[in-house]
Amino acid sequence: MAGQNDERKFPRREFLVRTLQLPCSAAVVTVLGPLALGSDAAAASQSGSETSEHYFGMGIQVDKCIGCGKCVEACKAENDVPREPYYFRTWVERYVIHNDGDVSVDSPEGGIRGFPLHEGESDVLRSFFVPKLCNQCDNPPCVQVCPVGATFKTDDGVVLVDSDYCIGCRYCIQACPYGARYLDPRTNTADKCTFCYHRITQGLLPACVEVCPTGARIFGELNALASPLRRLMRMSSLQVLKPALNTEPKVFYSKLDGEVR
Amino acid sequence: MKIWRIPDQVIRLAVVLVAAVAVLVVVRGRFVPASFGETGHYRADAVDVVAAQPIRYAGSQICVECHDGEGEAKSGSFHRTVSCEVCHGPAAAHAEDFESQTPLIPRERGAECLSCHEYLSPRPTGFPQIIERLHNPLQPCIGCHDPHDPTPPEVPESCSACHAQIARTKAVSHHLTLECETCHDAQAEHREEPRSFLPRKPTAREFCGSCHSESADSPADIPRVDLRDHGERYLCWQCHYPHHPES
Ligand code: SF4
Ligand code: SF4
Repeated sequence: MAGQNDERKFPRREFLVRTLQLPCSAAVVTVLGPLALGSDAAAASQSGSETSEHYFGMGIQVDKCIGCGKCVEACKAENDVPREPYYFRTWVERYVIHNDGDVSVDSPEGGIRGFPLHEGESDVLRSFFVPKLCNQCDNPPCVQVCPVGATFKTDDGVVLVDSDYCIGCRYCIQACPYGARYLDPRTNTADKCTFCYHRITQGLLPACVEVCPTGARIFGELNALASPLRRLMRMSSLQVLKPALNTEPKVFYSKLDGEVR
Repeated sequence: MKIWRIPDQVIRLAVVLVAAVAVLVVVRGRFVPASFGETGHYRADAVDVVAAQPIRYAGSQICVECHDGEGEAKSGSFHRTVSCEVCHGPAAAHAEDFESQTPLIPRERGAECLSCHEYLSPRPTGFPQIIERLHNPLQPCIGCHDPHDPTPPEVPESCSACHAQIARTKAVSHHLTLECETCHDAQAEHREEPRSFLPRKPTAREFCGSCHSESADSPADIPRVDLRDHGERYLCWQCHYPHHPES
């Protein structure tokens, strides 16, 4: 009896499984097919003749930064970043390490107007400035989470936002471990540092690098044999922020203190 | 006779499926932008949109094409790494149309100079810093310093003009009354070309011993050590910071 039942059941189950498999696989092919083709095309263009010869990166020499905030100012002017509320594509943090080892970090208005003298100056073991910006991750979590493909990595390694296509869902703002993104209140789309893409594609330096009076910021090509950035990479021991996250930043810091997060 | 017949339920499913695929294709065609996927999972045209953003900072290479005198003065001065637009503001509009667009020309004592040169402890040692309240108050900076060649008009009288951080530290230490020259032999040229004529630093324990050893001829309240058995493996400044020695 039981055996008979099994014999009857089996073809029916098989039938159901097969009929379900058909639309599923059709859907997979329809939806993913073009995407897979798209990424194939991208891979081809990255290795083929259309490859951009550039691969951009930045170096920041922490021991040269004087916390003048000129870079913050220039970035806002160049990229039309809203002055208030205080959103930044680049900003400067002041780290103060106290005698008892406590660390305090401040960045009044992103450092755009410089820094006031630190209160309690006598309780300072050491202090320094750290300029921050989007790290242009080679493995960018912000790109992974975007549900519509509005943020992406170009062939020259820069992570950009397509503000015409962004739906303002804020996933990328949540996903960025460096707090580098904000929602532009005027357009309700995500925004962040582009390495001044409109400048670097015309052979100019990013605005923050152009105005940095001490040369703390260095911009250049990561895959060139000789570029100011390669020189820095040759001469200094470099670190990146939050290396354990495997985001593979392309913003490199020299003389970075272990306290910096 | 009939060898095989497509079951009704399969036909119905197939109809639904074909309709679903048709809807999907139409919707995709309508909503996916033209250049999407050409170079990756994004709209390829977006790259051009970002790249077309207007430029506001012209870059100092353009500036010196006309302002060659200033460029020349600056190129050999302490301000050689300071590009024009640091003080003069974004000047791409001026480079386009120099007749109607004037860049910033800061002449007052204020933010343009002080945002770099006002004393702040995190600033690197040796970076020239002043305490604004004490440094020739009420005078505009450019009254004494040419911003394109800011070599101090008179050699700085005090070391603290550049070494503000050390001066401040020393001022609250037991060494406050010592002159810098007590320990550092700085040639006069150091004040004009600081990096070419570096001051000397003490090299031997005996130097500190001239005040701090038991046999030293120095005021009685100065702490004494026996140089023979006090930390003999080290030089004094390997443990004590001379600008702020612990009591
Ligand atoms: S730093 Fe943040 S915004 Fe920039 S690429 Fe990385 S994850 Fe994206
Ligand atoms: S412009 Fe240069 S020195 Fe000034 S705050 Fe920015 S990175 Fe630091």
